[in-house]
Amino acid sequence: MSEFPKIAPIGLTGIVVTFAGAMSDRANMAAIAFRATLDAEDWPEISETSSTLVSTFLAVDLVDTPFEDLHARLIALLASKDWYSAALPSGRKLWTLPTCFGTKRAPQLEEAAQAAGLTAKQALTSLANSRPRVITLGYAPGQPYLGPLDPEWNIPRQSELTPQVPAGALVVAIQQFVLFTAPMPTGWRHVGQTAFLPFDAHRDTPVLLTPGDEIRFAPIEEAELTALEATDSLGGATWEALP
Amino acid sequence: MTHALIVHSAGPAVSLQDLGRTGTIAQGLTRGGAMDRLALHEGAALLERPVTAAIEMVGFGGVFETTQDTRIALTGAPMQAHVDGASLTWNASHLLPVGAKLTIGGVTKGAIGYLHIGTGFDVPLVMGSQSAHLAAKLGTILSAGDKIPLRPDPGIRTGWHLPTSDRMDGGAIHITRSIQTDIFGENTLERFLQTSFSRDARANRQGIRLTPDGEGFAAAGGLSVVSEIIAPGDIQITGDGAPYVLMCESQTTGGYPRIATVIPSDLPRVAQAPLNAPINITLLDRADAIALEQRARAHIKALPSLCQPLVRDPAQMQDLLSHTLISGVINAHANPFEGDHP
Repeated sequence: MSEFPKIAPIGLTGIVVTFAGAMSDRANMAAIAFRATLDAEDWPEISETSSTLVSTFLAVDLVDTPFEDLHARLIALLASKDWYSAALPSGRKLWTLPTCFGTKRAPQLEEAAQAAGLTAKQALTSLANSRPRVITLGYAPGQPYLGPLDPEWNIPRQSELTPQVPAGALVVAIQQFVLFTAPMPTGWRHVGQTAFLPFDAHRDTPVLLTPGDEIRFAPIEEAELTALEATDSLGGATWEALP
Repeated sequence: MTHALIVHSAGPAVSLQDLGRTGTIAQGLTRGGAMDRLALHEGAALLERPVTAAIEMVGFGGVFETTQDTRIALTGAPMQAHVDGASLTWNASHLLPVGAKLTIGGVTKGAIGYLHIGTGFDVPLVMGSQSAHLAAKLGTILSAGDKIPLRPDPGIRTGWHLPTSDRMDGGAIHITRSIQTDIFGENTLERFLQTSFSRDARANRQGIRLTPDGEGFAAAGGLSVVSEIIAPGDIQITGDGAPYVLMCESQTTGGYPRIATVIPSDLPRVAQAPLNAPINITLLDRADAIALEQRARAHIKALPSLCQPLVRDPAQMQDLLSHTLISGVINAHANPFEGDHP
């Protein structure tokens, strides 16, 4: 019997149901589907839920609610169907985001290419032709983890944090992108720069991306990026409905 | 007319903080709120009202004034505090007369002080909270010229204090195992528990770094673990081997492995540890951690009964002066609930 799905307490404040030991599309979809079911079940002990790359998180006060009580009920719910064959939600979007790869605006393209065993030009082509999916929002409000990228992009994080990359930065590691919504320190390599903010509290819709959406990063020159940055927090983003 | 707290000057990290947000983790927004949640409960007990937002002051306070006589309470890390030259007792409630300048300087112990006002601030909720979430750029730090509207305050009691807390010097921190403890291996965990730490200079509302007195720590394959949900208090090991205790404004998820989780009721002690304060870590099993947490919750419930009137020590004439000032004005407030409380 597989060790997954695995149910474990996290501190005294929640429970994590993990569907795989490494990122996989199937585990990601299972986590999203299981979360939707838990939300529909509406157990009073659960104050909120979320899904991460391969897990569903349940906020539970484990001081008042013994872990063992929920553990038994979660096992029963998990056994009720095959969570690994869940479909992606409907209403997904394909976004096109103008992106400046490399240059002084995204200074780690060459370093990342080297880690992936590519030339800088090959790296740019590979990343610009990718169409990664929003697999989860996290790390900062509305901020997407995107993947999976081609296998050569399974590169490790840096051992030291970069003290700060700007908002709109596209960073890469472990076959994924993150598109930063605010200036942040990061262990991932900064390969692209957009003028798009995934979260803007002053925008009508602060959070624009939803798990399941797909994104194309269309290459632009530095000057074009500068011009887009002078407009608004959409940064020239457009979208079409996915079938 | 709406009354307000006027900020004449403010230290570098002064912001409005309540207990933070719930229900926003799925959107990638952590709870945020006060770094020292116990200090909010202490302020609420001193002012005899529910917990509401307070001014959080990291390291240094500022100069404040109100446009009407206003009850205040000072909790968390003790700071030098004066009203028009008269010193104020910390961990106590006072009356701030209209027009008087409240000057709050640097911490004398601990790291983060709190200024509570009457029944709180008349500020709209954003995503369910009045807190500035600085990492998420929701709200901002406070600065000179800010005027924060106040709610009407029916309360009257001032001049009461709470016993001094022992959480301002670092010390013993209790942890439980996390979902990633096992990938460090028992030897590394054992060495972690035997290591003495001190609070590093690198600390903010996202996390507080601890400096080990020996080598750093690493998990096998630790730099490529799958990004996973973060619980407040998770102790993350970054690439250089030093642990960070993740605090209220951390990310919702993170890919650096976490060796353990600090229990919630010890997070105020972590938040208040001053620079270089010693931190010693003890691993608890679940049952013992729950017992400690229950004790901490009982303490919060008991706070109102621990409040005592300030002793009027004639040797502290300045203090006496401020109390006299207080009793002269509080009668101006009508309290429809006076005598109604147990």
